[in-house]
Amino acid sequence: MSPEGTSWGCRRLGVRYGATVALEEVSFEVAAGTVAAVVGGDGAGKTSLLRALAGTVRPAAGTVRRPDERRLGYVSAGPGIWTDLTVDENLSFSGRAYGLSAGELDRRVGGLLERTGLAGARDRLAGRLSGGMRQKLALAMAVAHEPDLLILDEPTTGVDPVSRAELWRLLAASAAGGAAVVVATTYLDEAERAATVLVLDRGRSLLAGTPDEVVAATPGLVVDAATRPDGIPSWRRGARWRAWSPDGSTPPGTGLATLDLEDAVIVAQLREDQRWAA
Amino acid sequence: MTPPEGPREVSGGAPAAPELAAAQGATRRFGELLAVDGVDLAVAAGEVVGLIGANGSGKTTLIRMLLGLLDPTAGRVRLFGEPPSRQTRARLGYVPQSLGLYDDLTVAENMAFSAAAYGSQQAVLEGELAGARDVLVRELPLGLRRRAAFAIALGHHPDLLVLDEPTSGVDPLQRARLWETIRATAEHGAGVLVTTHHLGEAEQCDRLVVLAAGRVVAAGSLPEIVGDTTAAEVRTPIWEAAFTALDLARLPVSLVGRTLRVPGNDAAAVARVLADAGIPAEVGSVPASFEETFVVLAGEPRAD
Repeated sequence: MSPEGTSWGCRRLGVRYGATVALEEVSFEVAAGTVAAVVGGDGAGKTSLLRALAGTVRPAAGTVRRPDERRLGYVSAGPGIWTDLTVDENLSFSGRAYGLSAGELDRRVGGLLERTGLAGARDRLAGRLSGGMRQKLALAMAVAHEPDLLILDEPTTGVDPVSRAELWRLLAASAAGGAAVVVATTYLDEAERAATVLVLDRGRSLLAGTPDEVVAATPGLVVDAATRPDGIPSWRRGARWRAWSPDGSTPPGTGLATLDLEDAVIVAQLREDQRWAA
Repeated sequence: MTPPEGPREVSGGAPAAPELAAAQGATRRFGELLAVDGVDLAVAAGEVVGLIGANGSGKTTLIRMLLGLLDPTAGRVRLFGEPPSRQTRARLGYVPQSLGLYDDLTVAENMAFSAAAYGSQQAVLEGELAGARDVLVRELPLGLRRRAAFAIALGHHPDLLVLDEPTSGVDPLQRARLWETIRATAEHGAGVLVTTHHLGEAEQCDRLVVLAAGRVVAAGSLPEIVGDTTAAEVRTPIWEAAFTALDLARLPVSLVGRTLRVPGNDAAAVARVLADAGIPAEVGSVPASFEETFVVLAGEPRAD
């Protein structure tokens, strides 16, 4: 367990692949005992940030603060499991790679298998597990050595809601045990549960803070209407419309909306699009 | 936690608009496995119906029956009032999760191919997609790839659109744009059946059908399904200890910021676990989210 008050992260991080800029000037921090969410779509830079934190990609600029690699757990997107090994073999193989003794391994693996619902599948080939079970196995492999920093790249993409709830319970349990947890997701209802959120867009930091802070910092006004309001950027929320009024006025036929993280991120992306178009 | 015995009630009566797709007691057995068990479902013109369920709940089997790819072993399935066939297939647009595009053809070539298959006119590509018409599909970002698949599925003006996880992997703005297309399709008179694992998207649907273990466990609008389901909300100065105690008691606890929530109508049990562990906490009962309601309905299996 890491000492109270420890935090990990990066300052003004830049990552490049050849001529392609994947990340620029991104700063991020995650404290021990908390869950931080990194949000963004395909190509936003989530994976590059997580790789830089995990030390698998060298920054082109800026600094990264992370624990020794043996005190780190990393689950890449598309679970890094060995499909032709059994569940048990996967856990012991990765446990040994992190330097766990046979005794420690035995003690922890039993508990983890039980907690992940994989106890009945110990001898099954990992390649024969469902998507949700694979993700749970990958997570179990990353936490068996009780890391100080746990990094998870979209563990819940394509995972059904029941397995997703279990995965979030497992990563919250790691935070409860003192780990700093970083989780990338495209789902804002998941990000809303994290202690802090970083929203990435085209390799840059778009929004950062607690979910409440991010929502409260939305400029102008977000309004709700039954039909699409004229002249201002709008988007669907179910059968109704939301629209962003940059000058804070309430256009005719609209009322004040109760803002959530989804609206806040959409407004930030609309502003970013305007900036790029200008 | 036990799931309710019968399905939570649907908003009553038959839909006024023409029924495009219907399953009545649809059942599909694979050997010993009962994948779909007596499912009733209807999609009417002009509405967006969300089909929600965990893996293994029978969603995919039900959709395959509606598409006419699989026959029910009992009950019946109707598309546009008749058994699914080649003719009914032509009135249907389907976007699978894998998108069903040819990666090594351009957007325009994919579109021409689909138009030829349906004998329909080619769709008009709008906005950003128009600029990408001569780009190979595999070189497009995921959001545009999804929009291309939509445009192609809508090219023959289908009466019914079936979408499997339509917004998986895209950012919130792209997701909102995709939903704008889905809602506009319904407003123009088509019916839409959509599956999603993203329960935050349930609010985009007019009605929801929740499947668990092959059966409908709830159906209706989102507020109807959530009904008076509650969650226990726990506020405590030591959330870490409280989380561990509730987790060890095998309660489906979740962490939201520094607050804990346990779906289900048993705040007393939550308070008892915490009191027994000597953890100071305020336990209240709050309305459940749709996701929490789903966890209760799906009878979430805890590892035991």
